Amino acid sequence: MSTPRTLFRKIWDAHVVAQPPGAPAILYIDRHYIHEVTSPQAFYGLSRRGRKVRRPDRTVATADHSVPTGPVDGPADPQAVTQVAALETNCRRNGIVCFGPGHPHQGIVHVIGPELGLTLPGMTVVCGDSHTATHGALGALAFGIGTSEVEQVLATQCLLQVPSMTCRVEITGRLQRGVTAKDLVLAIVAALGTAGGTGYVLEYAGAAVRGLSVEERMTICNMSIEAGARAGLVAPDDTTFAYLRDRPYAPRGGAWDEAVAAWRRLPSDPDAVYDRIVSLDAVAVEPMITFGTTPAMSMPITGDVPDPDDVADAEIRQGLRKALAYMGLPAGRPLLGHSVNVVFIGSCTNGRLEDLAAAAAIFRGRRVAPGVRALVVPGSRAVKRAAEAMGLDRVFREAGAEWREPGCSMCLGMNGDRVPPGAWCVSTSNRNFEGRQGGGSRTLLAGPPAAAVAAVTGVVTDPRIVLEV
Amino acid sequence: MMNETARETTRPVFPSPLTSRCLVLPVNHVDTDQIMPARFLTAIDKAGFGERLFHDWRYDAAGQPLAGFILNRPDAAGAAILVAGENFGCGSSREHAAWALVQFGFRAVICPSFADIFRQNAIQNGLLPVAIPGDFHRRLVKLAEMDSNANLTIDLETRTVTVPDGQAIGFPLDTFSRIRLLEGVDEIQFILRHEADIEAFESGGPRRGVPMACSPDPMPAP
Repeated sequence: MSTPRTLFRKIWDAHVVAQPPGAPAILYIDRHYIHEVTSPQAFYGLSRRGRKVRRPDRTVATADHSVPTGPVDGPADPQAVTQVAALETNCRRNGIVCFGPGHPHQGIVHVIGPELGLTLPGMTVVCGDSHTATHGALGALAFGIGTSEVEQVLATQCLLQVPSMTCRVEITGRLQRGVTAKDLVLAIVAALGTAGGTGYVLEYAGAAVRGLSVEERMTICNMSIEAGARAGLVAPDDTTFAYLRDRPYAPRGGAWDEAVAAWRRLPSDPDAVYDRIVSLDAVAVEPMITFGTTPAMSMPITGDVPDPDDVADAEIRQGLRKALAYMGLPAGRPLLGHSVNVVFIGSCTNGRLEDLAAAAAIFRGRRVAPGVRALVVPGSRAVKRAAEAMGLDRVFREAGAEWREPGCSMCLGMNGDRVPPGAWCVSTSNRNFEGRQGGGSRTLLAGPPAAAVAAVTGVVTDPRIVLEV
Repeated sequence: MMNETARETTRPVFPSPLTSRCLVLPVNHVDTDQIMPARFLTAIDKAGFGERLFHDWRYDAAGQPLAGFILNRPDAAGAAILVAGENFGCGSSREHAAWALVQFGFRAVICPSFADIFRQNAIQNGLLPVAIPGDFHRRLVKLAEMDSNANLTIDLETRTVTVPDGQAIGFPLDTFSRIRLLEGVDEIQFILRHEADIEAFESGGPRRGVPMACSPDPMPAP
């Protein structure tokens, strides 16, 4: 019997092309996703040195970050239009498939990859975007890279890498009714801290994870980077295979059977050794909300905003004080009942069909509170079509929410969808950094039910009250 | 380790030893949205990011420099070292953050810890990430705040940083990154020296653990 290996190690070992002495390993990349924001300078770098894209057939492009999500023929920032046009030109010149604006496969890169079956278990996946960690939900080693590395992958289909350390995040029990995967990952990030996962690949395991759908697992893996980990992983299982079967780019027929047989060998061996193990009880997780300016600054939605005066560590106290000053939130007081100006439901964290259905369950038969702007933004054209087939778009519209076109939208305020300065936004996205959703924006991260409830009540509200849990 | 063909100097090199004043930003968890807000990322080239470095901390809503911010101090120009708090560069993978720091004139960032992706992006751009222990960092911050003209020296050959009171401390950096920063290695060229290995791998050579069934089907032509 060979040495027991983790899921991470199995994927790693299967992708080392060469190990030059005194240098990082040369790691093969199976799938490279590119988008309009972090690729143009990489293409320029290639052409300047007369280099070509080595494997256009392993590269897939979409436009998501800077595309407007208003009406299809609505106004757009000319510079963003130029950027998307540059992506389309670069893809055409290099023979890369591009799911640009209007294409039926277009959408947020981390939504379309899994839903098209382009990301498969055991693959190495990279993209010039930190939320590439999302794809780990399918058992692929997936991580974000910078533009220089995008250029390297375009030119060589490889990256120079040193193996990460491994951390098993064991989640026991089961989520309570009214508690979502988003609440769970906010609790995980709070437990690990903003930098607690730095240098690690997080493998989420345990009964709670087995009980999650693939979309829920994506929500968890997506926010691995908010704990500093470049990648999150969930071992593939029957839930994964059922999700992938018959996806447009998934293997078919005999190739499917062969693939599943191979994927079944991917999970970590029982005696595999991790560099670190942390555990968390899912039963204890409540609906969560953030109060500060890092995703780790979160609490149960029924909790009190922490008081800096109660914090012993001077640096942490100072950081908390700065965050609360920016957020305009009083220390030591509940967030429940705090007014909300904007609600954003969407993003690579929570822009999938299950997320929209969870929000629609609350919007159905209710109205968005006066003075609140609520945006519902599907993560992809496919999600939009599926939601409309279920009539969810009507539920949102009748409630007075905006049903928009797919894209990153208000997650990062670079496509026209912005939270006004000083306004509070309950958002299903992944980052509550200062100004993330627009200059001066104040973000309260939460799951889709909590966001939808905030939209209809106009204040921070425990979604369990409306869900009658 | 690297032969002559891998030494083509197309990547920025670090001017070791670097002696310079420093600017201190005593904030933990400085994320890349602060270093370069997303709304400036619609550019398709690398120009003009230096002026927008730390934009929302540096300018008011009318675009006027905020007097209290370190980058707006009269003596900010010419300081090649930024000293910041722990977990610097967390969040988004945008390399624009590293481009902006370099364009402003920084050649090194010193802090107790870095976010992983930023650290890689910094090295790619000749910006040296110097991670030092928390107590030494606190002393450095204190010394720099006492005398803003005091010089620090970073020696990449020996991987040490020397603070104004003469104390020196080592910092971690793998050998490959050090050579890359000292010699400006072109990584694409370095990888392509193993092109035969890549080809063998692609044609179904030994892939331990995961059989080729896991390999994606080629994409249809666009």
